[in-house]
Amino acid sequence: MDTPTPTAPVPHGANSLRTGPDARGKFGGFGGRFVAETLMPLILEVEQAYAAAKADPAFQPELDYYLKHYVGRPSPLWFAERLTKALGGAKVYFKRDELNHTGAHKINSCMGQILLARRMGKTRIIAETGAGQHGVATATVCALFGLPCTVYMGATDVARQAPNVFRMKLLGAEVKPVVSGAATLKDAMNEALRDWVANVTDTYYLIGTVAGPHPYPMMVRDFQSVIGEEAKQQLQEAEGRLPDVAVAAIGGGSNAMGLFHPFLDDPSVRLIGVEAAGHGLDTHQHAASLSRGRPGVLHGNRTYLLQDDDGQIEEAHSISAGLDYPGIGPEHSWLHEIGRVEYVAATDDEALDAFQLCTRTEGIIPALEPAHALAHVKKIAPTMGADDIILMNLCGRGDKDIFTVAEHLGVKL
Amino acid sequence: MSRIATRFAELRAQGRGALISFLEAWDPDPATSMEILRGMPAAGADLIEIGCPFTDPMADGPTIQLAGKRALKAGAKMVHTLAMVREFRRGDAATPIVLMGYLNPILAYGVERFCIDAAAAGVDGLIVVDLPSEEADLMLPLMTTHGLDMIRLVAPTTDERRLPKVLDGSSGFVYYVSITGITGTRTASAEDLADAIPKVRRATDLPIAIGFGVRSPAQAAAAVKAADAAVVASALIDTLAGTLDSDGRAGPETVRRVLDQVRALADGVRQARQAA
Repeated sequence: MDTPTPTAPVPHGANSLRTGPDARGKFGGFGGRFVAETLMPLILEVEQAYAAAKADPAFQPELDYYLKHYVGRPSPLWFAERLTKALGGAKVYFKRDELNHTGAHKINSCMGQILLARRMGKTRIIAETGAGQHGVATATVCALFGLPCTVYMGATDVARQAPNVFRMKLLGAEVKPVVSGAATLKDAMNEALRDWVANVTDTYYLIGTVAGPHPYPMMVRDFQSVIGEEAKQQLQEAEGRLPDVAVAAIGGGSNAMGLFHPFLDDPSVRLIGVEAAGHGLDTHQHAASLSRGRPGVLHGNRTYLLQDDDGQIEEAHSISAGLDYPGIGPEHSWLHEIGRVEYVAATDDEALDAFQLCTRTEGIIPALEPAHALAHVKKIAPTMGADDIILMNLCGRGDKDIFTVAEHLGVKL
Repeated sequence: MSRIATRFAELRAQGRGALISFLEAWDPDPATSMEILRGMPAAGADLIEIGCPFTDPMADGPTIQLAGKRALKAGAKMVHTLAMVREFRRGDAATPIVLMGYLNPILAYGVERFCIDAAAAGVDGLIVVDLPSEEADLMLPLMTTHGLDMIRLVAPTTDERRLPKVLDGSSGFVYYVSITGITGTRTASAEDLADAIPKVRRATDLPIAIGFGVRSPAQAAAAVKAADAAVVASALIDTLAGTLDSDGRAGPETVRRVLDQVRALADGVRQARQAA
């Protein structure tokens, strides 16, 4: 047997943090399958199909083919030298998932799930979207494989994300504005679940984040883990070692889970998730489910939620529509409770500052989501030594956000 | 014997099926909602299902979503739903009451405290929509301890292999969701029901209620011919909603119109026996 190199996948031992979830889809006390009976057989079918795909030696090579030639993986690892100098401390590396086709990490999971849906013989795809990034990625893979696609999007979001709505329509998707509830991402997810119960035989629900009922949190994490696996190997090549800190922004938590998961069993690597603090954690306008929420059940899983004393779900707020979700993936809730990952928050204003810093020092316009991660990098890099390494997931590009940013900077386009 | 079992036994002795009428607690306001609840038994409801308002009712169609929204706007909380049942029980010790809702407000209340308070208020059973059998151990032991029936949903997607698992631990009655879809949208055909209900019947001795898409007296009659009870929800809420003013306030006709419809549905259910 070959001696494992530090970059080779290490078999997960009894003490591994990478073995979850359990057979019931639980990460500690979080996750599970809290759906109506009508949906239960469907999610069991997805679970079985995903297990069969993983066991099929042909599945991963097929996915790898599309990730390489269509998505453009591996995404580069970039040493952000001018940013590092500007911050005056640890070396900052960006994992450049904003260079993927469609401009964000979302397509990693869409590609995996569309291949699964095809294996299952499903002929219609539905998805939910907030800012529209997941909707665009889903519409893209549906166009690629010629499958009809319906994207549910809160009416409020449809109004403020017109370019992405148009993109989805160009790609052939039907965009259904959701007017129920608060007409935002959580309501879009409710509506997608309602569509699924009504179209059980032909439809696959392509969930955008590490939330929803089991097996989605696990499956989306697995498909996104390519981010962390690549980064680990690339950093090994560049620096010959692991990072000291890995940082990612968190809404539902898919880009963060994808970055963190391959590092969970490397105790020397500090993992930091950055939630959206909106106008501030002590206001009611933020999206910090872990910092300010309590465990509860929504959208099929038990996790930390923004909710009132009576268990009614509260609205989230963030300048970044992609972080604007009142829940968080259940695996994050577990990693929070066991203390393996630190969860902090960055405000709208801090994200805007980081957005501009990145643009000017690196010539990269980041999405407002990773701008939250960068806002935290900005805080910690100066406190670290010049030999220390921070790995940050630059999970999306900011073209979609320039209108929002212009508005906040008082610029009329 | 529980109130639910007693009621079904009585109806079986009479040779007829049950009408289960639904209302959303505090829709559109506490007084109107209480008056509808109080009036339902006299109008012919054999059992009553009360919806507990929730911001994210993922199995419900637009009608019940809006009912919940109106109730929440009126300030409805779980304690208020329980208070309605307590108030109802002062005048009615026999009509079974089942609460229908989603798990999160129960978790926020505290599962054990909720079971204790619900039982004390006079609730007989719970339908927790997003608590499938895979997760039922979260509530089942406490519900059993406090004498609450766990009423399970069985759907057209529930195959015969899965059915025993779904029925395991269920009591009171079985709620057959007659369509694949959300509440208040489509209606199952008589053929669908004739095909589905015997399969459930073979797997359980519990009474079977048919819900989702039962709207008219004729459909209610068809449901009790195929099974033991008909649940009517969205159709009653549509009637209620039709009497509200543009600000969502109840009008002078609201209570009467809803109860008249309960009476018509009850007639349909009762005539099903004579026709059979």
